[in-house]
Amino acid sequence: MFPAVQLVRASLGRYSITGLYQGAVGARNYLRLAQQEALPAVVANTAVWVVAVVGITLLLSLGLAQFLDKDFPGRALVRSALIVPWAASLIMTSKLFVWIYDYYFGILNHALRSLHVLERPVDWLGDDRTVMGAMIAVGVFVSLPFTTYVLLAGLQSIPADVYEAARVDGASPSRVYRSVTLPLLRPALLVAAALNIIYVFNSFPIVWTLNDRNPGFGHDTMITYMYKIAFKSALRDVGLAAALGVVNVLVTLAAVLVYLRAVRWREQDA
Amino acid sequence: MTARRAWLTGAGLLLALALLAPYLVMLFTALKPEAELRSSPPRLLPVAWRPGNFLDVLADAGFQAWLRVSLLIAAVSTLLVVVAAAPAAYYTARHRFRGRTTFLLLVLVTQMFSPTALVVGLYREFFELDLINTYTALILTNAAFNLAFAVWMLRAFFASIPREIEEAAAVDGCDRLGALVRVVLPLSLPGIVTAVIFAFIATWNEYVVALTLMTDPARKPLTVGITSYVTAYVQHWNALFAASVLAIVPVVILFALVERYLVGGLTAGSLK
Repeated sequence: MFPAVQLVRASLGRYSITGLYQGAVGARNYLRLAQQEALPAVVANTAVWVVAVVGITLLLSLGLAQFLDKDFPGRALVRSALIVPWAASLIMTSKLFVWIYDYYFGILNHALRSLHVLERPVDWLGDDRTVMGAMIAVGVFVSLPFTTYVLLAGLQSIPADVYEAARVDGASPSRVYRSVTLPLLRPALLVAAALNIIYVFNSFPIVWTLNDRNPGFGHDTMITYMYKIAFKSALRDVGLAAALGVVNVLVTLAAVLVYLRAVRWREQDA
Repeated sequence: MTARRAWLTGAGLLLALALLAPYLVMLFTALKPEAELRSSPPRLLPVAWRPGNFLDVLADAGFQAWLRVSLLIAAVSTLLVVVAAAPAAYYTARHRFRGRTTFLLLVLVTQMFSPTALVVGLYREFFELDLINTYTALILTNAAFNLAFAVWMLRAFFASIPREIEEAAAVDGCDRLGALVRVVLPLSLPGIVTAVIFAFIATWNEYVVALTLMTDPARKPLTVGITSYVTAYVQHWNALFAASVLAIVPVVILFALVERYLVGGLTAGSLK
């Protein structure tokens, strides 16, 4: 809890460029934050980042979980493969994708050109039009394992006789999916969505690493923007960064409350 | 039916390949000699395989220092987590007390918080305590943020052990502590192992706090240290990825061991 207290205190103070506290300034940091030119773009980026990563991840994971719920030889292999992006350090995976996306030496451009998908190479991480998409792809890639496992656990908790009953009633497979599977999967979906929103909003290494080369704050999220204000940019403005930090914490807290509502925590446990 | 299963297996293999493909690029790049990194057009496989890259990295004094730091930080903070979480989990599993619900709720909320949003506050805290660049700061932060998961995880395990077993041990002449050590601990071993592995990996992989607090090159953990293999001035992608492979492989194996308990722990209080 103590860092949170420090964060709020810092957001109300003024600091020299070397980090010395120079007294309280009240809400002025928040006002200055609202006036930052980069802020609207950063907030929009954050919204795109969270909605796209969580949305695409959930859709793909639904399919993946359905697939892994079936019994076939080699399923254990797929499950093991799914663990790798989850267990690997995010910063190492991010560096790996910087290399794969590389304009000159990256395997992605080469592969796409060999397949005649692209005529000429794309500067995935340097081009304003592609960098967000490239980051979202990596975000989805690393979010898939956890989400799929949660949905798989949800699927496996649905008793087999429910499906049996639906089949006896003459429901088609797609009807069974819509009327039986999806409603019963709702709790797992809510949990997966809420936790992913929290994780993806707070995600740092992917945006930090893939957006490394680009100057300014054009492709930053609220988390990396905060970090740059505090530690990297010419601003080095602890008070301003802390004000944004408080906003970030409040956003996370809101998502946590939604999560707790979604799982109806009080009734369930304790 | 066999045709359908064969089809599923085929699709499964493709899927596994797609998931592993980026990491295969990592492995193959780690095995390339320096000169082949900048071949145009790029090749997936090395022409001259160079497993010596791994030996070079292992012999690198920088890598050895980062590895030592990572091991130290992860081991000590994991120890702290288990020592603090086990009694708390056992107590909340066995006793009802005022504020128990609030306590568990608070634990759950801290579990959802990543240190990232709080990193500016963390920096201020350790700056004022004069603990920037110390292992203490990194160990405390990691232990604090992994504590919640461990409490929830262990609580579920302790709660699943029937009280009668402890009572039976008492009848057989075991005192409370004896029952705890001889009966409860062995039965909850999978939970403890999961908590240990999860806390260890989380600390092992942690990046943003280490990046912020540790500025002394010799005191950086692996996640931060290895990024110095590729900067604006030097681009040793093969060394970076050889080091990454060395850091990732043990973690994936550990993760696979506890995967079936992890989902339940991470979605604490929801899916049963």
